[in-house]
Amino acid sequence: MHAGTGIPALAVRDVHKRYGAHEVLKGISLTAQKGDVVSIIGSSGSGKSTFLRCINFLEIPDQGAFQVNGEDVKFRIGHDGKCHPASWRQIERLRTGLGMVFQSFNLWPHMTIVENVIEAPVHVLGVDRKVAVEKAHGLLTKVGLYDKRDAYPAFLSGGQQQRASIARALCMDPSVMLFDEPTSALDPELVSEVLKVIRSLAEEGRTMLLVTHEMKFARDVSTRVLFLHQGQVEEDGPPDQVFGAPMSSRCKEFVGAGSH
Amino acid sequence: MNSVNSILELLSINPPGWGGVLLTGALATLLISMGAYFLGMVLGLFGAFGKLSGFRSIEWLLQLYTTVVRAVPELILIIALYYAGTDGLNRVLALVDLGPLEVNGLLAAVIVLGFVQGAYMTEVLRGAILAIPVGQLEAAKAFGMRPALRFRRVILPALIPNALPGFANLWMGVVKDSALIAVVGYQELALAARVAASNTKQYMVFFLAAAAIYLTITLISNQIFTALEAYYRRGQRELA
Repeated sequence: MHAGTGIPALAVRDVHKRYGAHEVLKGISLTAQKGDVVSIIGSSGSGKSTFLRCINFLEIPDQGAFQVNGEDVKFRIGHDGKCHPASWRQIERLRTGLGMVFQSFNLWPHMTIVENVIEAPVHVLGVDRKVAVEKAHGLLTKVGLYDKRDAYPAFLSGGQQQRASIARALCMDPSVMLFDEPTSALDPELVSEVLKVIRSLAEEGRTMLLVTHEMKFARDVSTRVLFLHQGQVEEDGPPDQVFGAPMSSRCKEFVGAGSH
Repeated sequence: MNSVNSILELLSINPPGWGGVLLTGALATLLISMGAYFLGMVLGLFGAFGKLSGFRSIEWLLQLYTTVVRAVPELILIIALYYAGTDGLNRVLALVDLGPLEVNGLLAAVIVLGFVQGAYMTEVLRGAILAIPVGQLEAAKAFGMRPALRFRRVILPALIPNALPGFANLWMGVVKDSALIAVVGYQELALAARVAASNTKQYMVFFLAAAAIYLTITLISNQIFTALEAYYRRGQRELA
C-alpha cells in the first residue's frame, strides 16, 4: 500500500509563505501515499501548523504546487504579485475531502454534538439527513460519545470535544485527515483518550497528516516523520531514523530534548 | 366613584370615549417601530459587513453615516429627513413632469426612523460579528462551506446571541423615538394622547393612559427578548 504506486493522496511541492518580511515557510515539499501517517514535528515557530493550514488553504501560500488525489490546485497571480486560488469553488470542493481537526476543536457551539457531525455532510455534500444521522451515531459510538450526542459542546470536556471533532471530520469520508496539534489544548489526563482514537484511525490505514508535540506517539503511529526547523524540512524519514538516528544535529537535539 | 366612572367613560373604546383613538395610535406606534426596526436591521447588516469589508471607501462612507446619525439629535434628523426627503422627492418628480406627491406619513416615518436605527444597528452588529471566535469560521471553511452557507449556518446563529442585548435596547429606543414622528403630524400614540387631552382638557388621564400603554409594550417586548435570548444561548453555559 505504501509502495508509491498509483496516485499520491497528497503531493505538495515547494510551499512558501511570508508574513510581511518574515518568511515562515521556505520551500516545503511533501508527498503522502494512501495509508501514510505523516507526523510533522518541530519547535514552536518552525512553521508546522502554517504548513498544515496551507494544505487546505486556510492560509494562502505565496508559492507552491498542490495536488490532491491527482488533481492540481489552480492558482493565479494577483495584482499584488501573490498567489490566489483561481477558483474558490475548487478549493471548497477539495476541502470536503481534507478532514481537519483543530487544536481548539472549533465545534459550533449552537449545535449539539450530532448536529455538529452531520452539518457539513448534509449542507455541503447534500447527504440525506437520516442517512447522515445514522452514520454520525456510528462514528460517535466509535469515539465513545454516543451518550453525549444530544449535548452541546460547551458541556463536554476538552477530550470529549476533540473526539467529537474527529467524528465530525470522519463523517465527510475525507481522503486525508489533517490534525493540527490535536492534544495541545488538552489537560494532560485527557490526552490519552484522544490519542487512542487517532491511533485507531492510523491502524485502519487512513491517510493522515499530524502536527504534534507528542513525540512518543508520533514515533509509534507514523509511517514517516518530518522535522521542520525555521520553515524548512530539516529531517525526513521513517520514525526510527528521525527519532533514533537523525542526520541533522538540530533534529538530534530536538528529539533528544523531547524524549526526557 | 363618580370620577372613576367618568375616567372609564373617557377611555371607552367607543366615542365619545377616546380609548379607540389611543389604541389606533398605539397600533401606529407599533407599526412605525417594527417597520423602522426591521429596516434598520437590514441597513445595519449591510453596514456592519461593509465596515468589516476591507474596502476603504465603503468603510469611510459608513463611518460618516454612523457618526453623523448618532451625533445629531433625532428630532432634528427626523424633521430634516422628512421635509428634505419629501421636498427632494417632489423636485425629482417635477423634473420628470409628475405632480407633487403626498408622502405617506407612515412610510416616511418608517424610512426616517429606520435610517437612524440602521446607524446604531451597524455598530451593534459589527461588535457581534467581531465577537465570533475565528475558529468557528475556520471550521466552516475547512469543511468546504461556501460563503452564503457559512453566513446562514455559522455566522448568523453565532452573532445573534451577541447582538440580542443591544437589539433589545434599540427596540425600546425606537418605540419611544416613534413619538418624535408627531412633529411631522403623523398620529401615533403620543399625538393621539395629546389630541384626546386637549379635546377633553383631561391631560393627566390621557398622558398617564399613554404611559401605561408604552409600559405594556415594553414589558411584553422584554418577555419576548428574554425568551429569544434563552433560545439562542441554549448551547452556552451560564456564568458560575
